[in-house]
Amino acid sequence: MIKTALVAASSLVLATTALPALAQTELTMWYHGAGNEVESAIISQIIDDFNASQSDWTVSIESFPQESYNDSVVAAALAGNLPDIVDVDGPVMPNWAWAGYLQPLPIDQSKFDNFLPGTKGIWDGQLYSIGLWDAAVALYARQSTLDELGLRTPTLDSPWTGEEFMAALDAAKASGNYEYALDLGMAWTGEWYPYAFSPFLQSFGGDIVDRSTYKTAEGVLNGDAAIAFGEWWQNLFTGGYVPGTSQDPADRETGFIEGDYAFSWNGNWSGVATIEAGVDDLVFLPAPDFGSGNVIGAASWQFAVSTASEHPDGAAAFIEFATQDAYLTAFSDALGLAPSTASAAAATKNYSSGGPMEVFFGLSNDQGLVRPVTPGYVVAAKVFEKALADIANGADVADTLDAAVDEINADIEKNSGYGH
Amino acid sequence: MAARSTLTQSNMAGWGFALPAFALLAVFIILPFFFAFAFSLTDQRLISPNPTRYVGFENYERLLGMNILRIEPARDDAGQIVRDANGDPTYPRVRTFTRNNPDLPHLQGMREWFGWRSGDDRVVVLARDVLFMKSLVNTLTFVIAIVPLQGGGALLLALLINQRLRGINAFRAIYFMPVVISIVVVSLLWRFIYDGNDGVLNNILHGLTLGAFQPIDWLGRTDTALASIIVMSAWQAVGFHMVIWLAGLQTISPTYYEVATIEGANKWQTFRYITWPGLRNTAVLVFIVITIQAFALFAQIDVMTNGGPLDSTQTLVFQAIERGYGKQDISGGSTIAVILFFVVLAISLVQRYLTRERT
Repeated sequence: MIKTALVAASSLVLATTALPALAQTELTMWYHGAGNEVESAIISQIIDDFNASQSDWTVSIESFPQESYNDSVVAAALAGNLPDIVDVDGPVMPNWAWAGYLQPLPIDQSKFDNFLPGTKGIWDGQLYSIGLWDAAVALYARQSTLDELGLRTPTLDSPWTGEEFMAALDAAKASGNYEYALDLGMAWTGEWYPYAFSPFLQSFGGDIVDRSTYKTAEGVLNGDAAIAFGEWWQNLFTGGYVPGTSQDPADRETGFIEGDYAFSWNGNWSGVATIEAGVDDLVFLPAPDFGSGNVIGAASWQFAVSTASEHPDGAAAFIEFATQDAYLTAFSDALGLAPSTASAAAATKNYSSGGPMEVFFGLSNDQGLVRPVTPGYVVAAKVFEKALADIANGADVADTLDAAVDEINADIEKNSGYGH
Repeated sequence: MAARSTLTQSNMAGWGFALPAFALLAVFIILPFFFAFAFSLTDQRLISPNPTRYVGFENYERLLGMNILRIEPARDDAGQIVRDANGDPTYPRVRTFTRNNPDLPHLQGMREWFGWRSGDDRVVVLARDVLFMKSLVNTLTFVIAIVPLQGGGALLLALLINQRLRGINAFRAIYFMPVVISIVVVSLLWRFIYDGNDGVLNNILHGLTLGAFQPIDWLGRTDTALASIIVMSAWQAVGFHMVIWLAGLQTISPTYYEVATIEGANKWQTFRYITWPGLRNTAVLVFIVITIQAFALFAQIDVMTNGGPLDSTQTLVFQAIERGYGKQDISGGSTIAVILFFVVLAISLVQRYLTRERT
């Protein structure tokens, strides 16, 4: 008797919950932010708002930890189980597009004209992904440090030159007040290395691969400019300016805040936390110019539509909905990242005019340079990371860069040029 | 005859019990090995729209290619050898021979592995894949160091706890504990122990030497990183082999020891003539198991050093995974796996031959 009642009740529940779903087509979405409650709350809010705003589609989300997200997508693609909507890290996007995991966004590109350049994932002339925010890197310093050491405050229009930058490090070192003059974040292995450090190489005039053809790294990663960069890089470590590859991750988090490091090369996502930790005269200085302009890395996580999706129009509708200014502002306020549009920035706590991190918006807009837009980037980034770690540990500069070039070139060749 | 009839009678049941294990071995060990061998002859990528091509033994050549180069010292215009401040001859850089040198196309892309001086010339051993060579040497070093360390340490512990003492189970549990903890957790903890600034090890040494000891960045130096990992790995798995030794010790009949006592044998003689011969088969098992496990060194490297500094802790399995997944080069990773298989097979066969029953 009880059993029948239960069955009846559950089928009733099933029927009532299933009914609206019949009218709406279900779309699945994968996201990299599992474990970050703030991020999850916003993305869930966007999805709830979208599902309530129309009656054609209903999006459901599955979140993965960032460390294993890319592996999960690759595994799903190999097994043929990709969701409709994926998020993808900007520099990885060409690899997935080339491998056939992503389809071009079925949205008119002109909709995103006012977006920061780094938030648009363009491969082979087509827009594949769009980001709600961009990340930017700056040289963290205290105004009091600058005053104490008698240093000029660099600006976007007149950044420090390479010599000025080294003079600043020398002054910090000579003051004896700091354990190290500069913290580069060597503890953050992985994508941080190419993201944060390849702009130095580009500012010297080199690059990870030759962007005119994307077929070789010869001459750009081991040319004179690159060797000059490598020697400068090695000198940072042999000269005792910077903690090395065995830096404790905890020191990376707190070293600048506690005053052990005079300068810190860090991302905008750490800005809010640093100010809240009590560094009230924090200033964000633009990257130094080593001769070929001052650049920082651009492109962060972005939304894209997978080739497995049977409803790209629905996926596109969701992405268009999510890229409203209100949500860009919400993400920026919660995570400290730079919103993709100037109009959204004006509404944020940190990036509005006079806000503590306003400068980053300018950095992203003026200095931002995307990492090499090629499917081979995934491999080149790993090779570059290892080369930088080896040079920091005292390996011969020219030989290490040669080896990196050979490995990148062998990989490009093995992939028949990656479609370039 | 009796043995054969039991086997025939319980054949079905025997196969039935073995089947799940055989099926798992076939699916997860044997099949992947054949896949690996097949992939190593192709240019298979993890993800790629390009079709897979058969490339023969190219992957093996890329890994194993070696050459020897004899470099003459640099000479000035008068034909005199250019010498540096110490009076040693100076040499042109190896890259002038191995990069875009039209006279030496067969050396293109090779790198110096190691070299030495021979008269005024310098002899350089070039390898096509120096990283692989270093991984191979590191892996072999690890195996050679860890087999006596772990096997011997485990035997010592087994002898210590093979006594009837009050609370001996507590010691057994303590020695066995690291085996139960995940190697990833152990590696993370040992990172704190080895920390270069205020790690536990540095603090202890600092205290013991009354401040005379200068802190060492154990995992950050090329001369200590691999040794640090060897010690930590030996410690982690020593409990497991201790249990195997202990099982072996307990199979030795107490009457032998009684006889030894009556005959007036001392402790060393008892160990040498009773315990050690009684542990023969256990020893063969322990050493082969340690050897095979040691070749699979990966998690410690991945968590603690990532192969650095300067490749001093690169290992074959770490490279296989780094290439196969990190660099999406399944064929390159597979090739390393196949080479590793043959190395382990060869060493196991030699070990079996050396420890065979002699009649």
